[in-house]
Amino acid sequence: MTAGLNLFEQQARNRRLTVAWMALFILFFAWLGFGGDFAMYLAAAARTEGQVPYRFPWIGVVVTVIAVITTWVSWRKGPQQVLWSTGAREITTPQSFEEKQFVDVVEEMAVATGLPRPKVYLIDDPDPNAFATGRDPPTACIAATTGLLAILNREELQAVVAHEMGHVRNFDVRLMTLIAALVGVIVVLSNGMGRMLRGGGGRGLGGLLGGRGRKASGPLLIAALVVFVLWVITLILAPFISRVMAMAVSRDREYLADATGAELTRNPGALASALEKIETHEAPTTHIKEGAAHLCIADPLGRDVNSREGKIADLLATHPPMAMRITRLKGMAFQQLKAAGQLPTA
Amino acid sequence: MGTILFLVIVVVLILWVVGAYNGLISLKNQTVNAWKQIDVQLKRRHDLIPNLVNTVKGSMNFEKDTLDAVVSARSRAMQSGAGGGGVKETAAAETALTGALGKLFVVMERYPDLKSSQNVRDLQEELASTENKIAFARQFYNDVATGYNTKQQQFPTNLVAGLAKAEIAELWEIEDKAERAVPTVDLSLQKPQG
Repeated sequence: MTAGLNLFEQQARNRRLTVAWMALFILFFAWLGFGGDFAMYLAAAARTEGQVPYRFPWIGVVVTVIAVITTWVSWRKGPQQVLWSTGAREITTPQSFEEKQFVDVVEEMAVATGLPRPKVYLIDDPDPNAFATGRDPPTACIAATTGLLAILNREELQAVVAHEMGHVRNFDVRLMTLIAALVGVIVVLSNGMGRMLRGGGGRGLGGLLGGRGRKASGPLLIAALVVFVLWVITLILAPFISRVMAMAVSRDREYLADATGAELTRNPGALASALEKIETHEAPTTHIKEGAAHLCIADPLGRDVNSREGKIADLLATHPPMAMRITRLKGMAFQQLKAAGQLPTA
Repeated sequence: MGTILFLVIVVVLILWVVGAYNGLISLKNQTVNAWKQIDVQLKRRHDLIPNLVNTVKGSMNFEKDTLDAVVSARSRAMQSGAGGGGVKETAAAETALTGALGKLFVVMERYPDLKSSQNVRDLQEELASTENKIAFARQFYNDVATGYNTKQQQFPTNLVAGLAKAEIAELWEIEDKAERAVPTVDLSLQKPQG
């Protein structure tokens, strides 16, 4: 496993994933917007028996404008919003020994990756956890809870920060910020359009079905209905599907960040013991909300799905099972000892 | 037809040479920059040591040898850094300084009033962090330099290595035997013989 190759492969993979997500969401927004217009068009065609007057695709245009603006805003403001939602405060001048150590460790890992030092944030929360966010390495931020600083020793803290620095170096932070922005827009759009449909439901649906006693021709009406039903179904399922996809990406990145962190510190054992401590010291979190959960090193919401492997867990968990991660890291530590010839021989 | 083919080949070749040349130059600059990052951390350590020595001097006057060793190792390391010594020379001097500092830290453990002092604790954290940064900067430099060395030796990039004035970058290896040696622990419970 050579460091350089791995890094470029991972970055290339993230770039591909980013492009794929963008494409998927553009298609999705197009369908959400212009699909509605298409249904209207078919309905109008059914009413007028093919004599369709030109109609401006206002649903499509409005959806596109809203999607572009909202995505752009949450892409620019997303990281700050995540930090704000957790009540994190930036450490500019360390107030205590623990804070100083935290800042020092972040600086060390920045040196190890050859990247600028990310901004360091502290969250006043007893639940031990940490996350990284940002759009690229220069805008990256690393946050940890006071609970984490309290239970970990220096080496373990370094391992956790290395894991987060791995997210920064592999451009995971960019991918996750983009996905969060897109998923957020989908949720907003789907909620908003759902409300509009319910509010003007009678009129909209009535108009679509060619109400007011006008006769409508068969095949075109059926086509309009099918398109409309499909459109409504996607509208309802969109938030769920996009979340499941986001979770899959997030889960995938955790193993990689564990590996990168171990590669940076050359000390996989420290990360394994840090994860063990984080798991046993789990406390009810008061600050980390749903919006930041997928970014954290360990699932802060303590959901059961995250501790299992299996079909449902694969779909719904934001993190791979802790036991699996610890086992993999211990495997790496064992390999390292073996390579150094330091294994106790029985 | 033949001329067009010939021109295409020439253009492709020129484009390749430009690409390979620029790639090597960029790697060279990365290597130089990675080296500078080590330098920054080494300077930081040199600046911190007098603070530490002055702070602990009062309570540790029995350990004059240990303190002197640190001070002289520091001045030797600074000399070799300022004298533009090669990678190997600087590495050796700095490794000696790391060893002397390590000894000082071990000795400091024996002075409870030192350990409980906030000032000393902060300084010790500062120095420990700087030591780590030196180690990580070295690791990063070695990775970048290895990438640069590999690229200029590999075919066909090696053909433009002369053009780009690429030279093999020296790695920062740990020369000191004490640092490299693995501590041996004898658990056989036998009385040492002889």
